[in-house]
Amino acid sequence: MNAIDNKWIGRRTIRPDGADKVTGRAGYAADNSMPGMIWGKVLRSPHPHAMIRGINTARAEALPGVKAVVTAKDIVDFPLDKSVMLGIQDMRWMCRNVMAREKALFHGHPVAAVAATTEEIAAEACKLIEVEYEVLPHVIEIEDAIMADAPILHDFLRHEGKPSNIAATMVNKLGDVDAGFAEADIIIERSFKTRPVHQGYIEPHACTVSCTADGKATIWSSSQGQFMVRAMTSLLTGIPQSNIRAIPAEIGGGFGAKTIIYLEPLAVLLSKKSGRPVKMVMSREEVFRGTGPTSGSMSTVKIGAKKDGTIVAAQGTFYLQAGGLPGSPLRGPVGCSFAPYDIPNVLSVGYDVVSNRSKVAAYRAPGAPLGAYATECVMDELAEALKIDPLELRLKNTARPGTKAAYGVVFGSITFEDTVKAIRNHPHYSAPLDRAPAKGVVRGRGVASGFWFNAAGESSAQVNITEDGNVTVTTGHPDVGGSRASIANVTAELLGIEHKRISVLIGDTASIGFSNLTGGSRVTFASAMVVTQSTEKVIGQLKERAARIWKIDPEAVVWSDGAARPAGANAGQFPPLTLKDLAAKANEMGGPIGAGIQLTTVGADPGFATHVVGVEVDVELGIVRVLRYTAAQDVGRALHPDYVEGQIQGGVVQGIGWALAEEYLFDKQGRLDNASFLDYRMPVCSDVPMIEPVVLEIPNPKHPQGVRGAGEAPIVPPLAAISNAVHDALGKRFYSLPMSPPKVLAALDG
Amino acid sequence: MTDIRYLAPRTLDEAVGAFAASQGAARILAGGTDLLVQMRNGAVRPGTIIDIKKITELTSIEEAADGGFRIGAAVSGAALAEHPRFGRVWPGVLEAVNLIGSTQVQGRASPGGNLCNASPAGDSVPALVAAGAVVTVQGPKGRRQVAVEAVPAGPGRTNLGPGEIVVSFTLPPRPEGSGDAYLRMTPRTEMDIAVVGVGVSLTLRDGVVAAARVGLGAVAPTVLLVADAARALIGSRLDEAAVHAAAAACRAACNPIDDKRGTIAYRTRVAGVLLQRAVAIAAERAGRV
Amino acid sequence: MSKLHVTTSINGEPVEFLCEADQSVLDVLRNTLGLTGSKEGCGTGDCGACSITLDGRLVCSCLVLAPEIEGRQITTIEGMAQGDHLHPLQQKFLEMAALQCGICTPGVLVAAKALLERNPDPSETDVRYWLAGNLCRCTGYDKIVRAVLETAADMRGAA
Repeated sequence: MNAIDNKWIGRRTIRPDGADKVTGRAGYAADNSMPGMIWGKVLRSPHPHAMIRGINTARAEALPGVKAVVTAKDIVDFPLDKSVMLGIQDMRWMCRNVMAREKALFHGHPVAAVAATTEEIAAEACKLIEVEYEVLPHVIEIEDAIMADAPILHDFLRHEGKPSNIAATMVNKLGDVDAGFAEADIIIERSFKTRPVHQGYIEPHACTVSCTADGKATIWSSSQGQFMVRAMTSLLTGIPQSNIRAIPAEIGGGFGAKTIIYLEPLAVLLSKKSGRPVKMVMSREEVFRGTGPTSGSMSTVKIGAKKDGTIVAAQGTFYLQAGGLPGSPLRGPVGCSFAPYDIPNVLSVGYDVVSNRSKVAAYRAPGAPLGAYATECVMDELAEALKIDPLELRLKNTARPGTKAAYGVVFGSITFEDTVKAIRNHPHYSAPLDRAPAKGVVRGRGVASGFWFNAAGESSAQVNITEDGNVTVTTGHPDVGGSRASIANVTAELLGIEHKRISVLIGDTASIGFSNLTGGSRVTFASAMVVTQSTEKVIGQLKERAARIWKIDPEAVVWSDGAARPAGANAGQFPPLTLKDLAAKANEMGGPIGAGIQLTTVGADPGFATHVVGVEVDVELGIVRVLRYTAAQDVGRALHPDYVEGQIQGGVVQGIGWALAEEYLFDKQGRLDNASFLDYRMPVCSDVPMIEPVVLEIPNPKHPQGVRGAGEAPIVPPLAAISNAVHDALGKRFYSLPMSPPKVLAALDG
Repeated sequence: MTDIRYLAPRTLDEAVGAFAASQGAARILAGGTDLLVQMRNGAVRPGTIIDIKKITELTSIEEAADGGFRIGAAVSGAALAEHPRFGRVWPGVLEAVNLIGSTQVQGRASPGGNLCNASPAGDSVPALVAAGAVVTVQGPKGRRQVAVEAVPAGPGRTNLGPGEIVVSFTLPPRPEGSGDAYLRMTPRTEMDIAVVGVGVSLTLRDGVVAAARVGLGAVAPTVLLVADAARALIGSRLDEAAVHAAAAACRAACNPIDDKRGTIAYRTRVAGVLLQRAVAIAAERAGRV
Repeated sequence: MSKLHVTTSINGEPVEFLCEADQSVLDVLRNTLGLTGSKEGCGTGDCGACSITLDGRLVCSCLVLAPEIEGRQITTIEGMAQGDHLHPLQQKFLEMAALQCGICTPGVLVAAKALLERNPDPSETDVRYWLAGNLCRCTGYDKIVRAVLETAADMRGAA
């Protein structure tokens, strides 16, 4: 561990936005309202797959109270033959996702939207819209969608020269896997399946939009990036970005899913047509049916090793559900699965498969858990077959600085083995295990590791000294889980002042420079970097002011403990000038004090995690419960330990849900059958134990505070760790998630 | 502007009158934890909502001199839990009522609503069936009494006549040596719908089962009274053979469906497992050493 | 049909409003009275984000009809702090970072307060089962449960 002598960084300070959030005052998207506001509602397709032959909105428009109706013809079309990318999103698919164009691609796909004076009238009007559908055969599951005779969703998609539901292929290659497997003493190859799972944020998508007669639009919405909201809305409505102001509401959870938009362009068009502010709020059912879960998957992983455990080759094939339009997170499993290990020969291939489901959206380390599930379960079998401790097998093959990963990167400073050792040395790993505590109950323990790339990218910050000598910091990132608190700590540390003197705000698109999404585990990394650079500029200004007052060289001034002090030959010559002193003299000594930085940050080294979990299985009912969970992760530097721990604890519990209970279930008509929090079973408080984070702080040398992204890596290992623990308990392996009670019992019988 | 009427009568006669007069267009509001959800998703659209919680008989709990209980149909699970004696006499029934939903839902949900919602998976119903509860029903033709198990007709349907309202549940006096239990299987520990639910009530005399009733939920279109399971237990000392026979009777009684919450095979098998576990708990409560 | 007139008490203040017969209390709180602290996560009683108390009893406000609260006592998250003095649970949630995005927090706090009023010395299991109707997707519940247990201990110490 590094020597830590910080005063504020690493402290568990109270978050700047906390009081508003515990008193109910914080403004989330659905909490906003405006004078003269009307309500928008979406009409959704009742068919999972149908051509749209015509839409007649006349009866809806005639209903008293209805102020506007929009359909796909009001949305900017992005023709199929030319890709237009916004970040990782292809606008050809986004324009068809927010509103079905030629065809409805899933049950719940928007086909029209209405704005009316009340929600009830808007809902009533939706029923009056006549849509002429030509119903087509639908396909839901990957294995059906890739069959030769499957209904084809998009005739422009070709795979191996033929019309196909395989929209894309991604290949990562290193060395020669055939030669590698030929050298192996042992090869284990297994196939796995997972079901789509939803991000499950508690706040449904919502926005309020006001378009004025001069063509300007103001959007209040909950997202993981107000600049994404502005850019995507601009592309879909044709309104230039300079005429759109996107104001970030507090966000009630996103986990990746709010890195795209659904309602905003519809609300803009409705507001434009009606001349009234429009509010739209999804119901929970709409969230489940109409927004993206992450992909379900079908994977095969093959690993070959020498008798001593040295891995010589690894191959992975990953089929991922994209939903009705292309774009599953192939990079997750293809790139992350084997990344923790130094393997000379790797072939990792991913296929993006469309089917009649809602289009997938990002979910915490998109796709990586699917790959790690397969790989880390095969690693467990390999360790078992070789009679090597599973953590020792990982240590033997750990990637190190200089290792080339199949996804193309040569690692710099990486700390995978530190996470493995942290678990190996943790009392949980060596605690006695009572394997059969009662009749019909067995227990087991499992481990798994995980990798996530971590992102950097564009961020902006502005640090201003107020006239009374306090500080405001503005960044461009919605705060999903305490990032303001981290930023307050960093600024307080650099300025050497009391944390409470700093106010941290999230700017809207008109008040702060471009900032990329809150996602990719990038916000604390990137915003701490731009805030640090901005604050350093401010300190430079403060030192200059002091030098001017003292009539000495600015180089001869230091900033420490919240004040400018003469240094070197002048040390002790003048009493220190505090932030308040300098702020009071700001105008006479050169004007307002403040600085901003807009930067494409770099240096986000990858994140690694290793977990150990203890489970208990009721063998008569097939119920698996997690009894104890310990998660080790290198976070570089925990600017605010509580919120780093919180990321780990939250990510793990989402992983527990994924492993044991959560899944999208479809009926024979292609309709989601469990579109509610009652039947989409996310873990409740009584389902889980305390989650112990083991936070390793090995500074990232490329970051001013040593930060490494922390938010996503924790969801990568749990699927495999829990599967391995269930195997340890039962002596049986499961190759399909979730390990729900009927499945567990059937496997025990069979 | 909706055209729905809300009535909160103070007497049962008024409620029955309004309910009968609506000719099927009204819905009774007890705790509302099912009704409001159904109204929201458009499954029901009542012309009139009749809130019965201002009627004392429907919201009170009475312990009779003989030790029997009368529970108003609209009593919430939380209110039942606060009764000083009920949970000691009928711990299984109380557990079942308070497995309906979260703490928040328990503050509202009632056994009467749970019965009339007529879900095969309603948690309170198997326990009340096992308890031998009798339902008092009042309608335009007066008052009648009917066994709990005779009320549900199928998923979402009851055998109540037009205008009839469930008034209360009467639970019989409890002989010495009695105990009951309700267990359900759900994937989550809470906030879930029973995949299988089993209620068991036993009376032991000198270690021998003198009386037994078994209610079984979520494995057939309605909650079942499993007389064969009770017969297997009565007269036994709850030896392994008897309990296995009762479990087998539960499995045999199952006529479940495959749905999002469970499979036929799973439900059938689990019915037997839960029966055995519920019998063990009921027997312990009945004072078996 | 005209709207129904309802007279009630919210956070100790007398309140009157007009509503439809089928409007929920949550809808009235948020859209008629401007009390947006109670959140709608599902509208079907499955997430607890709209938790309030009705005559002291913890309920989901999405599952109570607005006309039902005539003459009753409602408390919401907006009534939890006394002036600028946070309730010990609110303070502890801040100190222990028992919230991330914060959308479930009002409901969790209202529910936790109702628990401690009934059971000043809950076990971890008591807390977990009592709060099972309050979904949180960010925290994994760990810091929430710890904050409730610590608040209970503090309040017992202070009593």
